[in-house]
Amino acid sequence: MEKDLGREIMEMRECYRNGNTKPMSWRRSQLQALRSFLQDYEVPIFRALNLDLGKHYVEAFRDEVGLLKKSVNLALNDLKRWMTSTGAKLPIIALLSSAELVPEPLGLVLVISPWNFPLGLSLEPLIGAIAAGNAVVLKPSELAPACSSLLANTLPKYLDNQAIKVFEGGPAVGQQLLQQKWDKIFFTGSAKVGRIVMSEAAKNLTPVTLELGEKCPAVLDSLSWSFDKEVAIKRIIGAKYGSCAGQACISIDYVLVEKSFSSTVVDMMKAMIKTMYGDNPRESHSVARIINKHHFLRLKNLITDPNVKDCIVFGGSMDEDNLYIEPTILVNPPLESAIMTEEIFGPLLPIITLDKIEDSIDFIKKRPKPLAVYAFTKNEDLRKRMVSETSSGSVVFNDAIVQFAADTIPFGGIGESGMGKYHGKFTFDTFTHYKAVARRSFFTDFWYRFPPWNNHKLELLEDSYNFDYFGLLLVILGLKRSRKTFHVN
Amino acid sequence: MASEEEKKAVFDAESAKEVVKELRASFAAGKTKSYEWRSTQLNAMLKMMEENEPQIIAALRDDLSKPELESSIYEIAMVKSSCTVALKKMKHWMMPEKAKTSLITFPSSAEIVSEPLGVVLVISAWNYPFLLSLDPVIGAIAAGNAVVLKPSEIAPATSSLLARLAADYLDRSCIKVVEGAVPETSALLEQKWDKILYTGNGRIARIVMAAAAKHLTPVVLELGGKCPVIVDSDINLQVATRRIIAGKWGCNNGQACVSPDYIITTKNYAQKLVDSFKCELERFYGKNPLESKDLSRIVNSNHFARLSKLLDEDKVSSKIVHGGERDEANLRIAPTILLDVPQDSLIMTEEIFGPLLPIILVHKVEDSLDVINSSGTKPLAAYLFTNNKKLKEKFVATVSAGGLVVNDTTVHLAEHTLPFGGVGDSGMGAYHGKFSFDTFSHKKAVLYRGFAGDAFVRYPPYSRGKLRLLQALFNGSFLGIIRALLGWSKS
Repeated sequence: MEKDLGREIMEMRECYRNGNTKPMSWRRSQLQALRSFLQDYEVPIFRALNLDLGKHYVEAFRDEVGLLKKSVNLALNDLKRWMTSTGAKLPIIALLSSAELVPEPLGLVLVISPWNFPLGLSLEPLIGAIAAGNAVVLKPSELAPACSSLLANTLPKYLDNQAIKVFEGGPAVGQQLLQQKWDKIFFTGSAKVGRIVMSEAAKNLTPVTLELGEKCPAVLDSLSWSFDKEVAIKRIIGAKYGSCAGQACISIDYVLVEKSFSSTVVDMMKAMIKTMYGDNPRESHSVARIINKHHFLRLKNLITDPNVKDCIVFGGSMDEDNLYIEPTILVNPPLESAIMTEEIFGPLLPIITLDKIEDSIDFIKKRPKPLAVYAFTKNEDLRKRMVSETSSGSVVFNDAIVQFAADTIPFGGIGESGMGKYHGKFTFDTFTHYKAVARRSFFTDFWYRFPPWNNHKLELLEDSYNFDYFGLLLVILGLKRSRKTFHVN
Repeated sequence: MASEEEKKAVFDAESAKEVVKELRASFAAGKTKSYEWRSTQLNAMLKMMEENEPQIIAALRDDLSKPELESSIYEIAMVKSSCTVALKKMKHWMMPEKAKTSLITFPSSAEIVSEPLGVVLVISAWNYPFLLSLDPVIGAIAAGNAVVLKPSEIAPATSSLLARLAADYLDRSCIKVVEGAVPETSALLEQKWDKILYTGNGRIARIVMAAAAKHLTPVVLELGGKCPVIVDSDINLQVATRRIIAGKWGCNNGQACVSPDYIITTKNYAQKLVDSFKCELERFYGKNPLESKDLSRIVNSNHFARLSKLLDEDKVSSKIVHGGERDEANLRIAPTILLDVPQDSLIMTEEIFGPLLPIILVHKVEDSLDVINSSGTKPLAAYLFTNNKKLKEKFVATVSAGGLVVNDTTVHLAEHTLPFGGVGDSGMGAYHGKFSFDTFSHKKAVLYRGFAGDAFVRYPPYSRGKLRLLQALFNGSFLGIIRALLGWSKS
């Protein structure tokens, strides 16, 4: 098996070297094929997502399929522009030279995707890698098996099999793949595995983009208008429980709120959960399942500690057979407890109360840099401080998760939450080498570039480097002498 | 005495930890964030270069016998130019960049804010010890970071001068120079940095990246490779030859990452090219180049031995057509040209990094592209001398390298609007000009939404109607939205 994998990858490299993936026509045809796949297989995709994660088809469209269609259309629309070289401004002294940045593919790239958005996080990087003209290997997560096999069995019917391949499998296959030589690795997943990916990549000096996680806080300021309060709570609840049941890297992990506001918040949240999910959320089929037993038990353990259990104010019931956990709210679990130190990645929402809302800034700063910081506030000063004093992949005001849908701002982490970015043109860029190309003519030659050296030439060179054209003219005319006299050794 | 003890104190992991701790505290206190701090530091650096030119030139002479002019132009002037560009443009670079928003997040506004990464590590090389130390540091400062610089121990005079000058001119609580060799570098690499910029060779780069992986630290690796020069016939041979000489022996005697490493030319043209080199080399360096003051020496005996080995290989030593003279005591090797060396020789498989220039022969000039592309590695730079438009286009389209130059060598480095960096084995990431600022910044996306304009279709309870609306919303079509609202579109 191992030899086969190595051989297949070598063949892909040959394919890339032959230039098959470079022409705009190839890239366009592959993107159009992907678009057809998303259209033709929409229902099977919904089915697979429901099988793997219990996702409702509207959630699947909103969070995965719809976004992918948008991305592939954007890539098709903008492909020509993205592939065009951009000229670089040159100072006048360069005279007859020109300089430009030429985008070129990196070569053969590896995309490793996670189980929580198994279609979205596989195909979004794939779209950019193809648009940038690369050959691609995709390794979807084995923890979402229906989606993994859908991709493995169906993509070959639509895409160029020689240049784009899907390899299914678990950690063993992942390890084998990591030992090959790639021109880039794009990894979405946990920080623990991210470190392993980067260590392996170091052996071949392979650049990496790591899209990781961390606890994304939501700061909820006391809002005076009841309309604003409603919308804020709705967005928080929707972002926590409505996107893969909180199993998303950009889920709201916990909420920070002022003591005086907290009981209102809890009441409003309880009411909102009822509105969105009914009295029995499980029956609404709108809350995704926990991916597997391992994660179910991990989440169960988070609320086993009596000190934590006592903080539950809503929900808390768990059904191990069906891997279902109902939307749960806790108030002020101990800060040293696991639920407040590890990324939750599930439908448990701790609310932490503070004396004043400004304390949230220090609270966030003390902790590892998350993928996103969310702040629901109309206070201009607080907003400014949030942006300038905290650090995170992104900051979103008065909403959550939507930044994922925007393709004009980069999506990526910092520190523990990752390195590199993508979405929109940023995906194209992440799989591209911008090659600097400078051209000169034979005509203009600065004779003072060459030895034998003397002070006169030195003065000329200095003025050239300082773009001091007047000074240059004076020296050439012999009207300016070098201020310094060096001891030419 | 206290200072003697201090000097002998080992810089170990504990010391490295202390340094990082101090810098983190300075960064957390916000010292490096303000525009004022950044411009004060950059101005201080300019002053530092201006007031110490003779000392810098002397240090470079000690370490590399670098000709004064090379020191003044390729190190001092370039550093000053970097500072000046940063000072001029920094305010603009620091401003958030507005981003467009689409129907999906309507109504909203967005911007990309540049924020400093925090505490960064710059590890520099011995061949341009001033430039490759200070140029990245300029970028780090301009982007608002605290910096530790580890200069190369192979250029000790420059290393200690840098340490002294930095302590005298720059803010010691935020910018530090740590001198040392392998143990000190290892101690530094064990710490958690917010970014590491390393300039050097591929072997150490792997170690740097592996250490960075433990802390999920992003890296920029500026490495090297064999930079090829394709020389076509029907060109202005004299100008081409001079430009190649300037890039090879005029750049630290070939000890530069972007120096032309080897030449590819046609069998028919080779002799003309060799003759032109002989003529121009004598014009530049005289009849006794071993004594010319306009050439750097080989940096140390290790590298001298390495280069001698390349020349002494059996199938290569007979191919010398010019030069080959050596002076081991003074670590000097004359500009040496070799003709038609075998492609599997050491001199053609390793990066030369010295004053030896092999010439490979092909039948027709287009074949040279295959020679480069089949080498299996991407160099930092590739050069082409030609007047043939088609060849130029093919060169740009098919040769992958950090940067390409047509009809010159190395000049692209001085252009701060071009990113300087490698690809594949020649490195990852880039810097110079605004690219330095960007490489030491975190580009944070900030999205502002209001409470109005809530798309109820986002939330459960879910329904087919909501699906249709979402589909229309993602298509960006107003008509589709209206149709969906009126229940007219097909499900």
